[in-house]
Amino acid sequence: MTQSTAIFTNVGERTNVTGSARFKRLILEEDYETALEVAREQVEGGAQVIDINMDEAMLDSKMAMVKFLNLIASEPEISKVPIMVDSSKWDVIVAGLKCIQGKAIVNSISLKEGREPFVKQAKVLKRFGAAVVVMAFDEVGQAETADRKYEICERSYKILVDELGFPPEDIIFDPNIFAVATGIEEHDNYAVEFIEGTRRIKQNLPHCKVSGGVSNVSFSFRGNNPVREAIHSVFLYHAIKAGMDMGIVNASQLAVYDDIPLELRNAVEDVILNTDSGAGERLVEIAPKYSGMAQAEKKEDLEWRTWPVTKRLEHALVKGITEYIEEDTEECRVSFDKPIQVIEGPLMDGMNVVGDLFGAGKMFLPQVVKSARVMKRAVAYLDPFIEAEKEEGASNGKIIMATVKGDVHDIGKNIVGVVLQCNNYEVVDLGVMVPAEKILQTAIDENADAIGLSGLITPSLDEMVHVAKEMTRRGFEIPLLIGGATTSKAHTAVKIEPQYDKGVIYVNNASRAVGVVSSLLSATQKPVFLEKTANEYVKVREQQARKKPRSKPVTLARARDNAAKLDWDNYTPPKPKKLGITEFKDVSIQTLRKYIDWTPYFMTWSLAGKYPRILEDEIVGEEAKKLFADANAMLDELERSGSLQPLGVIGLFPANRVEDDIEIYKDESRSEVLLRSCQLRQQTEKPDFPNYCLADYIAPKGVEDYFGAFAVTGGLEEDDLADAFDAQQDDYNKIMVKAVADRLAEAFAEYLHEQVRKEYWGFAADEALSNEELIRENYQGIRPAPGYPACPEHTEKRKIWELLDVESRIGMKLTSSYAMWPGAAVSGWYFSHPDSKYFAVATIQKDQVEDYATRSNMSLEEAERWLSPNLGYDV
Amino acid sequence: MPNNSVPFEPVDGQAVSDALQKTMQNRIVILDGAMGTMIQKHKFEEEDYRGERFKDWHVLIKGNNDLLSLTQPEVIRQIHREYLEAGADIIETNTFNATTISMEDYDMASLSREINFESAKLAREVCDEFTAKDPSKPRYVGGVLGPTSKTCSISPDVNDPGYRNVTFDALVEAYIESTLALIEGGAHLILIETIFDTLNAKAAAYGVEEAFEQAGIRLPVMISGTITDASGRTLSGQTTEAFYNSIRHIKPISIGLNCALGPDLLRPYVEELSRVCETFTSVHPNAGLPNEFGEYDLEADEMSVEIVDWGKEGFINIVGGCCGTTPEHIKAFADKLAEVKPRPLPDLEVRMRLSGLEACNLN
Repeated sequence: MTQSTAIFTNVGERTNVTGSARFKRLILEEDYETALEVAREQVEGGAQVIDINMDEAMLDSKMAMVKFLNLIASEPEISKVPIMVDSSKWDVIVAGLKCIQGKAIVNSISLKEGREPFVKQAKVLKRFGAAVVVMAFDEVGQAETADRKYEICERSYKILVDELGFPPEDIIFDPNIFAVATGIEEHDNYAVEFIEGTRRIKQNLPHCKVSGGVSNVSFSFRGNNPVREAIHSVFLYHAIKAGMDMGIVNASQLAVYDDIPLELRNAVEDVILNTDSGAGERLVEIAPKYSGMAQAEKKEDLEWRTWPVTKRLEHALVKGITEYIEEDTEECRVSFDKPIQVIEGPLMDGMNVVGDLFGAGKMFLPQVVKSARVMKRAVAYLDPFIEAEKEEGASNGKIIMATVKGDVHDIGKNIVGVVLQCNNYEVVDLGVMVPAEKILQTAIDENADAIGLSGLITPSLDEMVHVAKEMTRRGFEIPLLIGGATTSKAHTAVKIEPQYDKGVIYVNNASRAVGVVSSLLSATQKPVFLEKTANEYVKVREQQARKKPRSKPVTLARARDNAAKLDWDNYTPPKPKKLGITEFKDVSIQTLRKYIDWTPYFMTWSLAGKYPRILEDEIVGEEAKKLFADANAMLDELERSGSLQPLGVIGLFPANRVEDDIEIYKDESRSEVLLRSCQLRQQTEKPDFPNYCLADYIAPKGVEDYFGAFAVTGGLEEDDLADAFDAQQDDYNKIMVKAVADRLAEAFAEYLHEQVRKEYWGFAADEALSNEELIRENYQGIRPAPGYPACPEHTEKRKIWELLDVESRIGMKLTSSYAMWPGAAVSGWYFSHPDSKYFAVATIQKDQVEDYATRSNMSLEEAERWLSPNLGYDV
Repeated sequence: MPNNSVPFEPVDGQAVSDALQKTMQNRIVILDGAMGTMIQKHKFEEEDYRGERFKDWHVLIKGNNDLLSLTQPEVIRQIHREYLEAGADIIETNTFNATTISMEDYDMASLSREINFESAKLAREVCDEFTAKDPSKPRYVGGVLGPTSKTCSISPDVNDPGYRNVTFDALVEAYIESTLALIEGGAHLILIETIFDTLNAKAAAYGVEEAFEQAGIRLPVMISGTITDASGRTLSGQTTEAFYNSIRHIKPISIGLNCALGPDLLRPYVEELSRVCETFTSVHPNAGLPNEFGEYDLEADEMSVEIVDWGKEGFINIVGGCCGTTPEHIKAFADKLAEVKPRPLPDLEVRMRLSGLEACNLN
């Protein structure tokens, strides 16, 4: 029967209040959430279409239909399949169609009330574009014989197709399935009549389909499920051969035709085909014998615990279950000669399954990280035994990984490290802020096979160039991998690769790392791969060289002439309610979590999609939900234990613009300059827009204007918390705590900005924005951060540190590359002007760099180094 | 309304349809480019939007581009003219947000009818000028029905997924009003575009049908959906083929994709649509993705490389531009596609083509 079911469409029937007592109860009790579960289970169970019926006397059927359909629309796992709107009430059908964006089926219409209402309804359905089930029912009644069934269906078809232009492929006939073996002789031939009627409909009415409610046929055997299932299977076996294409049927209650005991099958066959008048009685006679035939027990959740130990290890690795891992590892260990064989054998086999699933896109990064956690636990358990035998594990190769000097960001690097370890590479992770010297010395000492560098802030790009140069100077032969948020193929090709000719490879995301590393460490693939990459980079360089600037550069003087000119004559800048510095040392996680923008959190885990929609995403939704729950659990825990305290400081000062600088004054006398914040101006030809510079948003001398700064961190304890997880071989939570701290820092920045707008500066006291609106920046004023496009030069952070005394007040530090420590940190400037907006300075020219160097007391070389990503000329 | 007289002979929809189909068998038909980003270049301020007539309007109306058909009609005419000069066969009326539902944002629902009418009328006037100059290349006005600012199958409240801020019936009513005014203003076709929620589009189509019956006129309908991101789905979650299955009953002259993505990211979906669609296909992509200033900077030459390739691959019958495209883009498409053969209509098997978020083609 398997072959014929391939063309048979299975309509789920459990979301039907007339057919399912459970669903009816759930709807009557308004437990829509569980009712949705019923729908979801059906789709997961293989229903290709779901039938929804709310025809129940105790119910406002129309309201229930609309509500349930609207809820389904928000459940991608359910709404991926088409819907069959099932009702005997026309207004319920129409209300349902108004909630369905897909092409649905309506169940049903018929000639029962005559031609006129049938035509009217069909016209409406045609306009909605719905397919339709037409019952073999007319003014006389329901069709019982094959002749009547065909006659009514033919008449309906002619009206629909020939008169109304209804698409024949959108018509499904239901020629009525009635119960057999009822003991009443006239019923004995019902199955045969259906099968014969179906055959004629399919032969003579092109493109239409035949469907039916299958469970009716076995109605007289209710209470004896095994027999009912056998009847359904045998009935379908013959009806499908006659052309039946669809059925409302509970797929989990269908016996497999070939599995039905022969005696039962023969007896059922005789009943369905009505071979002789004694058929019904024979079946009734033997039926009780089969009533106890147990259905295969439903799989227990813990069934896997009964599997052989190697399968259990694989299951635990794939599902990320740590609960039994030590127990199972021990069981395995005693059965092998050497403990190392447990790693090389079952554990690696399990991780290979994980690797394959990940490679095939059937597992996602967070799951792989959880698998790695299980693996690490197992390895940690085996370590003492291995140590006792003094044996080295055979790994695929050894990789040194580090976040370069001056940079503290390591979430991405940690993820790559885990993914590599999952694939049996030995990873020596040197952590963050690692000087080139240490990276290279470790590589020599450890006899490493490759080096991987990571960095998030732009100055790290130069540090990577430096590492590459050093590798050449010291005669290295091993490949260098580059990754991290600001790195790019273009930068790698243009700036890094020319410094080192033994292989530099840009790895754009964690999932690519394994492929790259395995190619690099394979003697046969390596030369091919390196040559291919080198050729690719030659092309990238050629493209870069050819790339004409999108817009022509202009001189600094011309750019200044085209500055954004704000109308200061008719505008009074708001005066802050509280000037000076304010510390925030006891803002709770509870307060801040409302301000979290979750979308970047999912990006950290390589799950693409916007929050909250990502939670319902068809592919990654389930993982996203788990990740989201885990992050919230971590926030709960941090909130409860107080182990992470967000800290922040803001300052608001009198200020005025002087050319492209902002002078910040000690007090309202505006006589003593605390410091000058130096800004950069866009320097390309802009016919339609000004050449923006942040300084333009501050009033020139003579108008009293103000300016602010802030620095926040998720908490100084971030690294310690991550280290504690690391000590427990818990990479998942190690990455999680940093990702969460990161979100808290961003949320804190958002929260403080709101506080500033509403209270401390107070220019938007009445503002009432939702978090979504905050994320979309629907507010007055901006808070650009040094190192980002509007003010790309990182050393400006030092001025924020000086101005607000950041380090001694809240303990945040700056590294030599002006990265902030802890990693979960944000700092920036506040502008209040309603016209202020974010922009990118982009490419600048030498005249501005010289001017900037003078203003910032730097040498030209120094300025060029800090501004290297923005330079529009070759140094 | 200041002008109540119907200015044009009623359009013979069947004749328009026949003529367009004939043209589409010979060459790729050119649609115009962006309206919004062309208007932006004028940097209109609040008072420009208001003009004399709305100088005392009680809410801010800057950004109500469709209103410019009333307050700055010459600018809109000029944009139409530039696209027609560039070679567009079909120009789109400045009515993307002119339904009563979208106009509510400016408290101008009562002006919906007038804006639709005047926008169609001024587009038609410019169009007729060009057709008169060169009758061998007749130009057509596509009366635009936008998606409205509300979604019928998505809840705006994450905590209440069953909630809706607009009903199917309210959308139908709004679309009937807009369609009647567009017909009256002389539109040759109706273009339901930038569909991000297919249920809105079904309501639009339902309303258009009703309007056709009321007006006693039947115009060809073009439909264009929007794949909102690289997941390849509409905002309401449908795949390209599911979207197609949901709206093919409307029997539009063309089904297409527009907006949201640049041509590079849109390509796989254009290809998919071309494969599954039994009628003519249209595409009008954005000029790339917006940069950090919200500007679109894929230039005409660059963009036309991909567009011409679609033509050569046989993916498209109608092509134009959405956000960020200019008359230069349209001219580049028109010039480079002049000799390229259009997509032949595929002969598709008759099947029951259902859909949820995904297509479900039976047998």
